[in-house]
Amino acid sequence: MNLDLIIFVVSAIVAIFGASMMIFQRNPIASVLFLILSLVAQAVLYIQLSALFMGAMLIIVYSGAILVLFLFVIMMLNLRAGEDLGAPSSPISKTVKYSISFLMFVELAFIFRGGTGLDSAAVGIMNTSPDNFGSIEQIAELLFTRYLYPFELTSILLLAAIVGAVIIARRDSVEDGSAVIESNEQQAIDEVQN
Amino acid sequence: MVPISAYLIVAVALFGIGVLGVMISRNIIIIMMSVELMLNSANLVLIAFSRVLNVVDGHAIVFLVLTVAAAEAAVGLAMVILLYRNRETINIDRFNILKW
Repeated sequence: MNLDLIIFVVSAIVAIFGASMMIFQRNPIASVLFLILSLVAQAVLYIQLSALFMGAMLIIVYSGAILVLFLFVIMMLNLRAGEDLGAPSSPISKTVKYSISFLMFVELAFIFRGGTGLDSAAVGIMNTSPDNFGSIEQIAELLFTRYLYPFELTSILLLAAIVGAVIIARRDSVEDGSAVIESNEQQAIDEVQN
Repeated sequence: MVPISAYLIVAVALFGIGVLGVMISRNIIIIMMSVELMLNSANLVLIAFSRVLNVVDGHAIVFLVLTVAAAEAAVGLAMVILLYRNRETINIDRFNILKW
């Protein structure tokens, strides 16, 4: 057993365990925490593939920002484990769902095994990777040269997402312009003062 | 040394779990997290292939995917809040007005 294999097996098992616990939890907060566990294990896999920067980004952006956003929403909606989610679905539909996802797994695994022809390639931290592979410099150079337009377009996407999230989550729909906005602001001020 | 196909199998397993979560879960927040999990498994494939082919392009694409995931989570959670305000539940089976 070499060290690479041990790290890989442990983090792969933790990633899959966290993901499968995530979908079977009834309590949404436990579900978010299991997803964070799975993401941290995936970050270890990234680092093993010499993607140090992307592994760090996965932890900072995903576990640090996006999943905290999920936690905030769960907290704001005050969801509990006892949320009424209706009767359990019938065994037939359950079987169908499980077999569909299993078939998808088998199919994708076949595609990757048969199509790549890369099985001989072995990777790991112990392998000598090319100089600075996956460093911030290399990624930034690509982002500002070959992927300049997609990179700049993400700023528009983020702006649209911010505006869209605010508009969607507003309390009242806008019917006649400024009056509604003013009453909203007044309401917000009142809520703060109370 | 770990063969590259091992990483791909892990990514595929995570994708399968994400698909299962979207189908069996009734909680709309868990469904959104399953979608995030599927995005992440695609990221793992990109990272693995860019390691094997020795190009950093995969990392740049993963960076863009992370941005898209953040935007999607923000808008999706705003929609969850709106749905909860209208229906007082997050059970996906109750949001069936448009169901044929």
